[in-house]
Amino acid sequence: MRPDALLHPAPQGLYCPPGDFYIDPVRPVERALITHGHADHARAGHGAVMATQRTLDIMAIRYGDEFAGSVHPARFGETTNVNGASVTFHPAGHVLGSAQIAVEKNGTRIVVSGDYKRRPDPTAEHFELAKCDVFITEATFGLPVFNHPDAATEIGKLLSSLDQFPDRTHLVGAYALGKAQRVIRLLRDSGYDRPIHIHGSLQRLCDYYRLEGIELGDLRPATLAEGAKNAGRDFAGEIVLGPPSAFNSPWVRRFSDPLIAFASGWMQVRQRAKQRGVELPLVISDHCDWNELTASIRDTGAAEVWVTHGREEGLVRWCELNQIRAKPLNIVGYEDENE
Amino acid sequence: MKAFATLLERLVLTPSRNRKMEIIRDYCASRPDPYRGYAIGAITGDLKLKSVQPSLLRELMTQRIDAELFRLSYDYVGDLAETVSLLWGPAETAEAPPPLSQVVEMLSSASKSDTPAILSGLLDAMDVSSRYALIKLATGGLRIGVSARLAKQALAEFGNVKIEEIEELWHGLEPPYSSLFAWLDGSGAKPVAAGRAPFRPVMLSNAIEERELEDITPADFLAEWKWDGIRIQLVSDRGKRRIYSRTGEDISPAFPDLVEAMAFEGTFDGELLVRSPLGEPLAIRTFSDLQQRLNRKIVPKGMLSSHPAFARLYDCLLDGENDLREQNLEQRRNALAMIVDRLPPERFDLSPEVSFTSVDDLRDKRANPPHPVIEGLMLKRRQSTYRSGRPRGLWYKWKRDPMVIDAVLMYAQRGHGKRSGYYSDFTFGAWRDGETGMELVPVGKAYFGFTDAELKQLDKYVRKNTTERFGPVRSVAAGMDGGLVLEIAFEGINRSNRHKSGVAMRFPRISQIRWDKPAAEADRLEALEALIGD
Ligand SMILES: [Zn+2]
Ligand SMILES: [Zn+2]
Repeated sequence: MRPDALLHPAPQGLYCPPGDFYIDPVRPVERALITHGHADHARAGHGAVMATQRTLDIMAIRYGDEFAGSVHPARFGETTNVNGASVTFHPAGHVLGSAQIAVEKNGTRIVVSGDYKRRPDPTAEHFELAKCDVFITEATFGLPVFNHPDAATEIGKLLSSLDQFPDRTHLVGAYALGKAQRVIRLLRDSGYDRPIHIHGSLQRLCDYYRLEGIELGDLRPATLAEGAKNAGRDFAGEIVLGPPSAFNSPWVRRFSDPLIAFASGWMQVRQRAKQRGVELPLVISDHCDWNELTASIRDTGAAEVWVTHGREEGLVRWCELNQIRAKPLNIVGYEDENE
Repeated sequence: MKAFATLLERLVLTPSRNRKMEIIRDYCASRPDPYRGYAIGAITGDLKLKSVQPSLLRELMTQRIDAELFRLSYDYVGDLAETVSLLWGPAETAEAPPPLSQVVEMLSSASKSDTPAILSGLLDAMDVSSRYALIKLATGGLRIGVSARLAKQALAEFGNVKIEEIEELWHGLEPPYSSLFAWLDGSGAKPVAAGRAPFRPVMLSNAIEERELEDITPADFLAEWKWDGIRIQLVSDRGKRRIYSRTGEDISPAFPDLVEAMAFEGTFDGELLVRSPLGEPLAIRTFSDLQQRLNRKIVPKGMLSSHPAFARLYDCLLDGENDLREQNLEQRRNALAMIVDRLPPERFDLSPEVSFTSVDDLRDKRANPPHPVIEGLMLKRRQSTYRSGRPRGLWYKWKRDPMVIDAVLMYAQRGHGKRSGYYSDFTFGAWRDGETGMELVPVGKAYFGFTDAELKQLDKYVRKNTTERFGPVRSVAAGMDGGLVLEIAFEGINRSNRHKSGVAMRFPRISQIRWDKPAAEADRLEALEALIGD
């Protein structure tokens, strides 16, 4: 079967004609397969939704129980027949519940990576390699400038900054799903056992991670008694975690002399950090860096690579240089969730 | 090298001025000689290495990586030093990179043909942030948001001495400044202002307040016009001639014509101006003409004749070797008048005294200056000795009222430090005819002039009227049918090729928020152009 007869981009998202379903569609459709719970991949309002149980749970937390007409939990490694197309979910290592989706028919196998990461992370199921003919890879960090350092080293920077500035509130920007829990867990694994204060929007997802058996230690809401003057002092020398969007809001004003940190793969580029007013960049990514992306392309054994979601040109160019057929797949509607 | 790299990284990312100084102080306290001295020299721009051209870096890169991947990466990162440092690859040698002093040594003694190999070898041995520091060092010009003045201020605080003392010494010293650090550490004597033609810390004025005007009488105070040029100190000392900015920066290379005319022995204060071509009657040109002569390493010949430099002198610190700083202003001016008499009049004159009878008389003169390049009055106590710094009650500046326009708020950017969480940097525009009707063109940016309460109102307005966001910046709704008018006060306005509007304001600030005024009635660009003094 020709690969683009099995999967091709359509206005609603990546479409599989034989199975009549979409993967991570950006508009409401009848049948959707969802790789993971990030908002640009998982949207509310579809008819039938197939995803891992954890992704379904996360969608229910974010959108309410009525987020889809019907839900169909997929288990890692189990193959399901959807209208004659075989579908298998494999762990993607990106955030809790995240999956790559393999679609196969008549001997042609395509793997849709979703977002993925290959480094060990106690807050996500470990990435599992899926061999395929066509690999549809994300390219969030698809330029050779991205070489993510060891996350524990980055957490070490945060801890030594706390030592150095014991009077400043360390405000750490981290996305609500995945990154926040990973940063907390990294802190705990580095021996930091003080309470960590979190912005209200992180609460429910942190609760869910705990319910799934991921230890996060003592978490407290980063709220102050109404009208308490100078209560900001309470957070001096403490770690406060919030989504980056909160840093543009009046929320930050309650903290005394805040030191702004941001946990993201983007922080590798100093100019980016400076633009955003980040004083302490922490290069902690839930995506692959350049070497991991290119290694994954090789590891899948794919003869053809379709690149989407990020800096497509870089990876396409690399494939060209390595005699692998490649093309950018322009699917509208995905945003850099890290931006 | 690692410590220096960390220093640069922190300075780049730290928004607060005080904290930047703290970082430099800590560095000086924790690093031994000669490292700290080389680091300071790199920041102040006094550490001169043979400069590596960006083209060499590009060439080295294309030997390591596909040109297209390099181009895509550079496009994305936007800074060559950072792109190269990220792309170079993992550190190849197990040995630690050489320390800063050795790097400086290697780079300054390398021949042109050896430079590529030496640079490659160093980059191989370094991690990303050290490479970034190395490239900034080797290409010259750190551009990390720290001025030489700030570095000297940090040194002054580190050694608990006055910044004027450091400025006075600075030009006799060279990186790594071992004798200076010995003194600042308390382990050595204060270095003697060695070398000829040293800079002398200057005396500065305070803006006069309304109630202080009562003290101004013709008997006690001397009035002069305040010209819109650059405050300089001219020093000629046994054949050595220098022109310093008021912070002790040597700007002589940009003004060879004036240097050549400095046929005197002594140290004078004055205002640097640009005049009409020699041969024509003396006419003082605008600040924007002067700006074209600034910051040039080589002055084109044509510019020397079209934009000749001129100095209007107003004080004499040293007459030959004779130090006059303990004498009073009248005595110093008398000495200066006699010296100026012997100087070429096409390059120098004496800033004339403005006679007045009363404060009201002065007020009137200030409102109607005889020349467009005058920005106000200077009032100096006749009995004052020459005191460095900004002593109170001796010299006053009384600036002309600022110019004002009504502009429309276009963009707002988030602030730092105390202002984190507030939109506090505002870009505003004026109207002009566009292809499809009237359009706003940005004419300036202001981040002060408003009260804390007004900041809250502005912040709220920005959040409510955002049309687009990019990073820390928001576009604010602004058009003929709606938008916020800001009254902007500023000190002057010049032509500028660097700005889309073709004009650049000096010291713009928000003097009033015009909640009442419809955006369509804000000023047009032509109104600003009309204020340009040329
Ligand atoms: Zn994601
Ligand atoms: Zn994504």
